[in-house]
Amino acid sequence: MDSIQSLIKTLADQHGRKRESLLPIMQAIVEREKYLSEYSMVEIAREVDIPASEVYGTATFYSFIETKPAGRYIIRICKTITCAMKGKNQVLFAIQDMLKIKLGETTPDKRFSLLETNCLGWCHKAPAMLINNEVYTELTPEKVRDILTSYMKKNGQN
Amino acid sequence: MANSHQLKRVDFIFRNENDWEKVLSSTIKRKPAELINELISSELKGRGGAGFPTGLKWKLTAEEKSDEKYIICNADEGEPGTFKDREILSRVPYKVLTAMAVCGYVTGAKRGFIYLRGEYKFLEPELNKAIDEFKYYCKEINFDFTISIFMGSGAYICGEETALLESMEGRRGEPRNKPPFPSQNGYKGKPTIINNVETLVHTFTIFKYGAKKFYDLGVQYSRGTKLFSVSGDTPKPGIYELELGMSLQDFVYEFGDGDTKAVQVGGASGFLVPRKKFKDAAIGFKGKLTGISLPTGGSMMLFNSSRSMFNVLDNYLEFFREESCGQCTPCRVGCQQLLLGIKAVKRGEKPASYLDKLIRLTETMQLTAKCGLGQSVANSFSSIVENFREEMIY
Amino acid sequence: MTNKLNISINGFPVHIEKGKTILEAAKEEGITIPTLCYHKDLCVAGNCRVCVVEVTGQRRLSAACATPCEEGMEILTNSLKVRNSRKHIIELLLAEHNADCTKCYRNGNCELQELASEYKIMTQDFIELVPLQRYSIDMYSPSIIKDDSKCIRCQRCVRTCAEIQGVNALTVAHKGDKMKITTFFEKHMRDVVCTNCGQCVNHCPTGALVEKNYIEEVWEAIANPNKHVVVQTAPAVRVGLGEELGLEPGSRVTGKMVAALKRLGFDSVLDTDFTADLTIIEEGTELLTRLKRALVDKDETVSLPMATSCSPGWIKYIEHMYPEYLDNLSTCKSPQQMFGALAKTYYAKARNIEPDKIVSVSIMPCTAKKFEAFRPEMHDSGYRDVDYVLTTRELAILIKQAGLDFEKIEPVKYDRLMGDSTGAGVIFGATGGVMEAALRTAYEIVTGREVPFKNLNIDPVRGMEGVREATIKIENPLKEWAFLDGVELKCAVAHGLVNAKKVMDAVKSGKADYHFIEFMACPGGCLGGGGQPIPTNPEIRKQRAEAIYAEDGELPLRKSHENPEVIKLYKDFLVEPLGAKSHHLLHTKYTKRNRY
Repeated sequence: MDSIQSLIKTLADQHGRKRESLLPIMQAIVEREKYLSEYSMVEIAREVDIPASEVYGTATFYSFIETKPAGRYIIRICKTITCAMKGKNQVLFAIQDMLKIKLGETTPDKRFSLLETNCLGWCHKAPAMLINNEVYTELTPEKVRDILTSYMKKNGQN
Repeated sequence: MANSHQLKRVDFIFRNENDWEKVLSSTIKRKPAELINELISSELKGRGGAGFPTGLKWKLTAEEKSDEKYIICNADEGEPGTFKDREILSRVPYKVLTAMAVCGYVTGAKRGFIYLRGEYKFLEPELNKAIDEFKYYCKEINFDFTISIFMGSGAYICGEETALLESMEGRRGEPRNKPPFPSQNGYKGKPTIINNVETLVHTFTIFKYGAKKFYDLGVQYSRGTKLFSVSGDTPKPGIYELELGMSLQDFVYEFGDGDTKAVQVGGASGFLVPRKKFKDAAIGFKGKLTGISLPTGGSMMLFNSSRSMFNVLDNYLEFFREESCGQCTPCRVGCQQLLLGIKAVKRGEKPASYLDKLIRLTETMQLTAKCGLGQSVANSFSSIVENFREEMIY
Repeated sequence: MTNKLNISINGFPVHIEKGKTILEAAKEEGITIPTLCYHKDLCVAGNCRVCVVEVTGQRRLSAACATPCEEGMEILTNSLKVRNSRKHIIELLLAEHNADCTKCYRNGNCELQELASEYKIMTQDFIELVPLQRYSIDMYSPSIIKDDSKCIRCQRCVRTCAEIQGVNALTVAHKGDKMKITTFFEKHMRDVVCTNCGQCVNHCPTGALVEKNYIEEVWEAIANPNKHVVVQTAPAVRVGLGEELGLEPGSRVTGKMVAALKRLGFDSVLDTDFTADLTIIEEGTELLTRLKRALVDKDETVSLPMATSCSPGWIKYIEHMYPEYLDNLSTCKSPQQMFGALAKTYYAKARNIEPDKIVSVSIMPCTAKKFEAFRPEMHDSGYRDVDYVLTTRELAILIKQAGLDFEKIEPVKYDRLMGDSTGAGVIFGATGGVMEAALRTAYEIVTGREVPFKNLNIDPVRGMEGVREATIKIENPLKEWAFLDGVELKCAVAHGLVNAKKVMDAVKSGKADYHFIEFMACPGGCLGGGGQPIPTNPEIRKQRAEAIYAEDGELPLRKSHENPEVIKLYKDFLVEPLGAKSHHLLHTKYTKRNRY
């Protein structure tokens, strides 16, 4: 049994093998593997006894369940109105400029993926972004460059 | 002039929660019927946006005969401009847990869930700590009520109660047909109460201080206080607990930056009020002349004269186009038509009169969409297009 | 406590049963509220919003299909608000739809087209969305073509594949404007667990899902003077074809169909019912052989229960889902494939025609048969056994293109050599038919007596319940079958793949002790097949079933082993059931496939 299979088996033991268990299992896999691959979906379908198409249909519904390979750090920058008003575009350009990727892409070293998302709930400290589960607010191009640099310095897991 | 007024501040929500254990143990000594009556007489209405009378919701679910019932705290706060639930969960989580437990006591539910949006995952560790302590106390007083967190994964529509249930049952968050309503047929087909985070905290206030303290604030039809999430062109962005029924003009006097052109009340699903209508609008469930109500959660976004209302509407429609579940025709196709439509009018590809056709379309969406998302697009669309028509065209 | 409610519809008081929806109540009062996502075979979805009606006192309109009636409700089905809203909804659907009807396969039989026509949608003010998306057409499957540009996202196909078939090849993916109906990881239908049963095609209101048609290929073959085109017709076609040509459901048009086929230019019009009878001889012998090995030889390796193998949708299903049970399938080919193999060997020799000049066409109620004909193992004649499969719908198209007046055509009999059949052959078209035909023959072989049922109608295996069981006790058998004395032959019949799953799960868990199981992929059996006329619903399928059993009752011969042409076939060609020739031409093997 390879690592994905054993991970899924452990998760199914933990969360159960019912339909309700599907979301927690998928979330846990995304947490570790950064995205839900076709292989993972088949294994989930097998372990929880759900049709593979349903796993796919449910996964693609949720914006935070990536189905394409993603980097270790997923940057999600808020594009809703208040963040847009408070300079989100400048921040976005700064990120794109620094990482040399466009929205929807992943850096070649597979470190960063850049996505847009909707209202994160930090409108009073706009613009805001998430990197994985961490929130960063009151962003400016300088601040975001500092933040990304600190991530680049990280090695190992995070 | 703009900042010289100050609306009366109230401090029920974030007031210290250290006595939650006492509140819980004393409240569950009272009769459930008495607690329900207390809520009903307080006239508390849901604070997530739909505004359903909370006492009535608890009563209906309590009356259902079932071996299993569920209490779900809707923490899928996603309405643009709303961030109050996040504050509540990080600052006074025990009030939420206590309220859920009391709700369980009143209705007969033994199981509670907090549906926490994926974007707030960073709250999970602290919240789990609170839940553990809560569990420990419940065991001490021999009270059977277990709470756990269910994480969302990035879907605004899961804030709609039946979509939330679908998501918790492991499916796509597509709203269900109503009837039946969750109080009869909810999570796994059992009677379920779904309450917004803020609503639950208000019940805590009511059970601790009594309904009258709550009722005495606010105005007719809109009793009590509400948390307002203020952002945009304002010198004082943040969360404020204010009495319902305030005039929008007073609000702008305090929170505007002196150049407020319009205020979006209630997020993208709400209404845009232009400057000339500030004095006619009151914030509550049944407004005065303009009949402005609080459809979603107290989000207040201020726009000054540097902002383009076209960009604002464009931003909202992009939001709806992406976040719609896509199930029903009026919302799935309608949102796309509205967005493409205003872009086409702006580019001159369609005549200005096309805007009227789009307004009629939003009326149809309001009448026929399967859930609140599709039904509410009309609010911001018509209020923006009718009040700022020139900005849509030129 | 009364079980009825008082409501009013359009001002007229109505007295209806509790629990009915507004849609049902209106139907009873003679008012048809238009629908799209609603289908009698499926659970209520309530997503198209076409059926919205006004309920006095409600702020918003209600979906008639999803709203139960309540005491005192005042319903308006055609108020101005309702009409304007419905018009908008249809316009929105058309904006999302490739509305180039003249180039669409379902032109003339499309529910969206009907709605647009009813509401006289004469302009399209909204922005066309189709050019803005990059839609793909999936033409890779041999049976089904999926055209996303015509999808109105009613989700009928998804619900069909889930509720009726339990296959779940189709799902809803993404959300918002990207919401679409697709397969696992958006692969081609050919590459997922799709069984080709075509139920999705039957239930699709528009041209988003259609069968792959071979109309032009067949016309070309017919027109080719060097080719001898042989056609076989399945039992279920003769009770469905009429619906496509203006007749009532359940019309029996056997003779007319044969006459029409002759006029279309087929060189020989023969009957799949002939090979249905043949299948019974082969399969019946196979069953009895397995029973003998189990009961007399005490052979532990013999696979029982034995399952029928004439439904290619069922075959692909078991290959994906229960590959460990492939040995339980009868090794017999389906009647279509047996026919194909014989057409290019036995028939070719008898008629003195070079096999490579024969084009073998079949008319089937089935889309999976198209897949079956292309299976790599179906080449036992030395050529592809069946060249083209046409559905009942495609045959109707051929007839219309030829300008034949179907109502006026005089009935004609099938050609000889492979055109004769018995009642047992024709009942293959209904669920339970294969079982009944097999029992009629097997019982008589074993006991020398006819089955102990009035008029040979074995009622316990008939009907429309998903899973049916029957037990037949063998008493006083003939000497060579003495080992079956006292044996209770336990049989089961399942139709609709979701019921096949129930039976297979029971077999897997050891709870089922059947000897013989008939499996049909489609609800109702072949008469409800994916290639039959659209629309389909429980009443129509019941009428077709009645027609099938009526055909059976009126045929002079009712038992497969009495078919004189089958007897001749054995005498002149095959020699004996399960003999070497039979094994070569009439039996097949199966392929294990992935579950996902």
